Amino acid sequence: MNACKRTLIGAAVATLFAIGAAQAQTGGKEIKLGVLSDMSSLYTDLAGAGSVIATKMAIADSGIEKRGYKVSVVEADHQNKPDVGSAIARRWYDADGVNAIVDVPNSGVALAVAAITKEKNKVFLASGPGSSDLTGKACTPNTVHFTYDTWMLANGTGTAITKGGGTSWFFITADYAFGQALERDTTAAVEKAGGKSLGDVKVPINTQDFSSFLLQAQASKAKVVGLANAGGDFTNSVKQAAEFGIVKAGQQLAGLLVFITDVHALGLPTAQGLTFTTTFYWDMNDGTRAFSKRFAALDKGIHPTMVHAGVYAEVLHYLKAVEAVGNATDGVKVVDKMKAMPTDDPLFGKGSIRADGRGIHPAYLVQVKTPAESKAPWDYYKIRATIPADEAFRPLKDGGCPFVK
Amino acid sequence: MAGTTTSAAAEAAPQRTRFALATAIMAALLAIAPFAGIYPVFLMKALCFALFACAFNLLVGFGGLLSFGHAMFLGTAGYVTAHAAKVWGWPPEGAIVAGTIAATLLGCVTGALTIRRQGIYFAMITLALAQMIFFFYLQAPFTHGEDGIQQVPRGKLFGFIDLADTRAMYFTVLVIFLAGFLFLYRVVNSPFGQVLKAIRENEPRAISLGYDADRYKLVAFILSAALSGLAGAVKAIVFQLASLTDAHWTMSGEVVLMVLLGGMGTIFGPVVGAFVIVAIESYLTAGIVIGDVNFGPEWAIVLTGLIFVVCVLAFRRGIVGELAAWWARRKG
Amino acid sequence: MEILGIPTQALFGQLLIGLINGAFYAMLSLGLAVIFGLLNIINFTHGAQYMMGAFCAWFLLERAGIGYWWALLITPIAVGITGVVIERTMLARLYKLDHLYGLLLTFGLALIIQGVFTNVYGSSGQPYRLPPEFVGAYNLGFMFLPKYRAWVIVLSLVVCFGTWFVIERTKLGSYLRAATENPALVQAFGVNVPRMITLTYGFGVGLAALAGVMAAPIYQVSPQMGANLIIVVFAVVVIGGMGSIMGAILTGFGLGVLEGLTKVFYAEASNTVIFVIMVIVLLVKPAGLFGRER
Repeated sequence: MNACKRTLIGAAVATLFAIGAAQAQTGGKEIKLGVLSDMSSLYTDLAGAGSVIATKMAIADSGIEKRGYKVSVVEADHQNKPDVGSAIARRWYDADGVNAIVDVPNSGVALAVAAITKEKNKVFLASGPGSSDLTGKACTPNTVHFTYDTWMLANGTGTAITKGGGTSWFFITADYAFGQALERDTTAAVEKAGGKSLGDVKVPINTQDFSSFLLQAQASKAKVVGLANAGGDFTNSVKQAAEFGIVKAGQQLAGLLVFITDVHALGLPTAQGLTFTTTFYWDMNDGTRAFSKRFAALDKGIHPTMVHAGVYAEVLHYLKAVEAVGNATDGVKVVDKMKAMPTDDPLFGKGSIRADGRGIHPAYLVQVKTPAESKAPWDYYKIRATIPADEAFRPLKDGGCPFVK
Repeated sequence: MAGTTTSAAAEAAPQRTRFALATAIMAALLAIAPFAGIYPVFLMKALCFALFACAFNLLVGFGGLLSFGHAMFLGTAGYVTAHAAKVWGWPPEGAIVAGTIAATLLGCVTGALTIRRQGIYFAMITLALAQMIFFFYLQAPFTHGEDGIQQVPRGKLFGFIDLADTRAMYFTVLVIFLAGFLFLYRVVNSPFGQVLKAIRENEPRAISLGYDADRYKLVAFILSAALSGLAGAVKAIVFQLASLTDAHWTMSGEVVLMVLLGGMGTIFGPVVGAFVIVAIESYLTAGIVIGDVNFGPEWAIVLTGLIFVVCVLAFRRGIVGELAAWWARRKG
Repeated sequence: MEILGIPTQALFGQLLIGLINGAFYAMLSLGLAVIFGLLNIINFTHGAQYMMGAFCAWFLLERAGIGYWWALLITPIAVGITGVVIERTMLARLYKLDHLYGLLLTFGLALIIQGVFTNVYGSSGQPYRLPPEFVGAYNLGFMFLPKYRAWVIVLSLVVCFGTWFVIERTKLGSYLRAATENPALVQAFGVNVPRMITLTYGFGVGLAALAGVMAAPIYQVSPQMGANLIIVVFAVVVIGGMGSIMGAILTGFGLGVLEGLTKVFYAEASNTVIFVIMVIVLLVKPAGLFGRER
């Protein structure tokens, strides 16, 4: 009995030795990027493998390898579990010589990664997570949060729709921290723009049937029904809103966190008329179109979401900063350089990284086309309004980021 | 369910020696592991899950009760510990005790509610209760929804051991794990444990012998909940966070898998199962290559399902159980 | 007129909506009850098979141009056949063992199926268009009832009570019930019990798939659509007790209505209300409302 156990434990430990012994080195001219994303559930389509593709495209386009640098990419699935994500982040930094972690959709995992990145003085290039705390009370000198955040989505959508005449709102809110934050921020923006909220219904997540809540929204007679939810809850509520004829009856449907993959999954007949804010759309100019064409060819025809675009822009800017500093060793130094240099890429145009790590660029209020208006596959959005870069994001002073005086 | 009942008193003494030897070897290996290049965070995670799996094994392996809701104890203890350490500023030992007590209390309530039900009913009811608890944590403000409670301070154990030091943290976890492990061994081999096994084998007979079967099962359930809670509490301090993951039903499924894979009703099985599963989770996050096909990390969940199916169909004794059976065959 | 601050008319609307959701609970818990009755297995794969039903309908429409009506017929048979294969190759090996192994096996299968579908079709799901016949709504005076919802309620009532009739009132059903009590005796009378078990499992799975087809036009067809639903359905089954077919049906509809009312009065609790009721039922009537202890 004991002998077999000894053999077994011995074998197990030997295996672990072999795995644990793999250590990596980073010299001055070597850069290692770790794409930590959701590869297997909720956020797979909007980030996932596409974020790895975008990272590799950015490395190739930067041309940095022609100038003597060696850039490698590792990827992992955080499974939306903060403990799994933070364990990977620690291992990457401690044992595998990763210089920067990229993407990390899911705020819970992202907040954990931000803390570890600061502890190890590396760089966190966030694109996927939505929490505005990353540049607010949980900000660190090692984090750059580029693409979007909940405050910006809520503010952009709330302000633009209210100014466009949608002055009374009813919210269908996912009943947890994320949904409540979205509703709170949107209500503030709506009221500031002269509108008002007529009420809300707090819905537990993973609810399948929204018809009861849609009837309540209909009964409220509000001009706009705000959907403060995401993922499956969002698609189900939009689908059933079409079934109950919410938009046809004259109410406007506003999504507060929508990606182009959601619209694609719903299909235009269902999603038409939906209004929301995004920071990137593939069909805006020659630069975005060229990028998206290359991207789609690599990712099963899927057109890039704003998260993918953000990953590309962020990695590109990061590599420029590393070159300017000379090496990737000191995380704070590289991030400071990123903040000092203006951003400039074909997807977001000219912009900047603010002191608290917030990427600053314009945002767009878009409306989903009707099937008749759509001329080609993935031809989904009409751009309704452009929110200029200096209005799109939460003002620096309101964020409460501790290290920014 | 599976497992061998050893009742002959004559066999007890050498068995105890063998157990002591095996435990000593395990403890020694675990003590040198972080110095031998094995990543300590991985080891700490595996130890937390090993304790969780051992606690679960008490119920399923020796009590014959398959709970499908054990994540509620892991998650509850994690949240209470994290909240106590971060918001109330409690020292780590106080926070861990608070978490464990919370899980124990939850175990008392849910145990009283479920223990009279058997087999499949018991599994379904524990699952439904755990789902209810999960929704509570999802919506309660103090858990911060999907963000979780982050940046929990590790603090100083008993006021002077700084747990921010990885080595100090590791040996604290190791000591807690070994204490829990030995405690469970004592329980299983006590008269209480013998009665529990008798109930598992034949409940009507145990009742006719005058044992109050429900009370024995309830005590086993509460003990299991308490030690699961201890594992969750320590995990919250190690990872400095408490999140919904630990309270979700997939976690309940994961601990079933660990015990099933390692060997239900064996002493060392859950430990082996936990190490294997955590190793898969940690090291296959980058995917595996089989033949010409590269299965990315997204296939991990399918792999988990496959292990379940293979274990149930062909491998019901688990790794340790099969090895023990193989050893017994070779000898006899 | 108002009841608790809600206009009566609105309340009627919400009750009706609740009844429609109850139709899904009823169909799924009915399938579980039928399988449990004969196989003594709780089919954890049920949620995944419901999802497969929805995907099968989507696949038929997208890839083969086969519409909703044929999907209603083809899907339960196709998914039912996969159920038969699972029963023959895997479940059949477990009947002599503790029933919990059946639970574990089907749990593993659910993980595999959901994982494969996520990897192949993505996590955000696929759209399934409302069949053209059902575009529009009936004006009931107190609410606009989308035509499709009305159809769901009619079809599920027919299927549920049809199943009940077959099992409780026909000769085939009497064999089935007898085999539940004493398989050896029924076998001795010349009934092929193993085949009956296989077909029963296939039938239960087919019911789940049918519910999936019915759900496709109103819920997003996504790989995880059954994962959380199945736990709620477990609670429904526990509340109803697993003794009777009628119990599963009535509990399903009843809890749908109750959940619907919760959505109006206290939406925050709408996903926990069924679990709370489960706890209460367990305290008052441990075997469930219609159940008998095994």
